[in-house]
Amino acid sequence: MGGLTGALQAAPPLLLIAVAAVLAWRAAGWRLGLLTACGLLFLWDLGLWTPMLATLVLVVLSTLAAVLVGLPLGIAAALSRRVWRLTSPCLDLMQTMPSFVYLIPAIPFFGLGAVSACFATVVFAAPPTVRLTALGILQVPHDVTEAADAFGCTAWQKLVKVQLPNALPTIMAGINQTIMLALSMVVIAAMIGAGGLGREVWTAIQRLETGRGCQAGIAIAVLAVILDRVTNAMARRMQAA
Amino acid sequence: MILAEGLRCVFGAREREALSMLRAGESRTAIMERTGTVVALDDVGLRVDEGELLVVMGLSGSGKSTLLRCLNRLVTPSSGSIRVAGQDVMAMGSRELRRFRRRTFGMVFQHFALLAHRTVLQNVEFGLEIQGVARRERRRAAEQALDLVGLAGWEDKRPGQLSGGMKQRAGLARALAADASILLMDEAFGALDPLIRHDMQAELVALQRRLRKTIVFVSHDLDEAVALGGRIALMMDGAIVQDGTAESILAAPATPYVKRFVAHIDVSSVLRVATLADRSATPPRGSWPVLQGDMTLREALPLLAEGPDGLAVQDEAGRTIGVLSRRAALAALARQPLKEEPAWPSLSPASRSPSYATASSIG
Ligand SMILES: Nc1ncnc2c1ncn2[C@@H]1O[C@H](COP(=O)(O)OP(=O)(O)OP(=O)(O)O)[C@@H](O)[C@H]1O
Ligand SMILES: [Mg+2]
Repeated sequence: MGGLTGALQAAPPLLLIAVAAVLAWRAAGWRLGLLTACGLLFLWDLGLWTPMLATLVLVVLSTLAAVLVGLPLGIAAALSRRVWRLTSPCLDLMQTMPSFVYLIPAIPFFGLGAVSACFATVVFAAPPTVRLTALGILQVPHDVTEAADAFGCTAWQKLVKVQLPNALPTIMAGINQTIMLALSMVVIAAMIGAGGLGREVWTAIQRLETGRGCQAGIAIAVLAVILDRVTNAMARRMQAA
Repeated sequence: MILAEGLRCVFGAREREALSMLRAGESRTAIMERTGTVVALDDVGLRVDEGELLVVMGLSGSGKSTLLRCLNRLVTPSSGSIRVAGQDVMAMGSRELRRFRRRTFGMVFQHFALLAHRTVLQNVEFGLEIQGVARRERRRAAEQALDLVGLAGWEDKRPGQLSGGMKQRAGLARALAADASILLMDEAFGALDPLIRHDMQAELVALQRRLRKTIVFVSHDLDEAVALGGRIALMMDGAIVQDGTAESILAAPATPYVKRFVAHIDVSSVLRVATLADRSATPPRGSWPVLQGDMTLREALPLLAEGPDGLAVQDEAGRTIGVLSRRAALAALARQPLKEEPAWPSLSPASRSPSYATASSIG
């Protein structure tokens, strides 16, 4: 995690901004490319480039981990009633528990720092991916899965060729939610030394520096908007395709 | 060959209870009231020979779709036996059933059931893809099937971009491409406009003649059933009330329900010349056109309109079996019994052909 952050920090910010803008443009259209460029330039101008990168890495890695765990779990929950009955209350619990609580068990395992923060973020942010994956699969029209059966699909063929592609827009909405939740954990994760924009906010609170706090808060909001719009647009494109 | 016996199928939580009530002879409504369970099929038997086309007819909710789904066990009946091509379908495990469905059944769905994320071509390829057929080969088969249903040029569109009738044809192409020996078709032409519908019916009949497919075709359009020309099984409230050719059902409806069902049928395309022919009359002399016994009345009408009153009727072997008069044809069209004609003394009651009796029972 540190390595990745370090590498990004070593690269020239303007180059990274250009790359990010082009990626957003290719994936989600020129408007969002422009939005990404403007947003990131603004953050750079605020002097929050380095903490932003740390936050971004935390969010992206947490989301990846959440999807890696959440997607299979969601699939299992959709296909087996028993798994669904088992996971559903767990998900409720994970989402309603104050997110601070996840920091506590993480510390003895991973110590203070980014890894613990990542763990807590994954626990907090994974539920929407699990839930919406399961929902998406359960909502695939019955006649379509029936057609798959009629042509003699195995369970795996049905999943890969029929259910997942049909559920993809819903799954993407879940992943989008997960990203947003991960971002909302940033400030809290800073309590155990995760660094990034969260730490900026945290220090500002301790020193009662309103201006600095606002800047960091706005930076988080800008990052949130960029991530949200880009992933949403990607989901919409997938649906249309 | 498909042979189903004693199929019972109930939907609902209290299946056992409903079944035992059913065996005790309770009515569907009583079972519905007591247990909240729907009886979709009640002791249905069915036999479709190889290469035969059976049309399953009945009002909405009479259990046609359920019966069709039982045949490839998309729905497992609560009791009964199903044998297809000599194999016991009820006894199959899931693996065996899968293999069996791939090889044996092509299915067209009432609501199309196309895959929205795939192109039309990819949809049509689906069955072959599942069977593991190589890409190039399945593409060729899919293009052929699309050609057959008149969707050539639409390969790269998505189902969402097609009209209802086109979706239906895409669904049909998907079933045809899979090259199964039995086609299960659930209201496969329901969304087509009359012209294309007519073409597709003719196409299906030709296809069936050519490829000797066994077809079970669900429809609630009697004229469609007649056009397809197969045997008809009429369903009501989850049971088959009558089973036979259109002509035999028209001649002797088993229940008032069947009678009402066939009341508005186009008789001219159902009745055959042979059944209407007067077997005791002598054919006119001279070189007039001759009617074939298996012609429908509709086909015979233009010939009857010309020439003298009364044309000779031949059987397949070319032997003259009787005479069809204009009066008999008109009476059949009017669904009236042919009255005795005093000026025609040769027609004694004893020599009235059985066809008059059939015509008189149409009512
Ligand atoms: N999956 C199901 N769950 C519960 N009830 C069902 C199910 N499928 C069918 N039924 C019931 O079974 C009965 C017969 O339904 P079916 O779909 O076989 O009728 P149908 O003859 O095909 O009608 P239509 O002409 O409208 O398609 C109906 O009363 C319906 O409510
Ligand atoms: Mg139906």
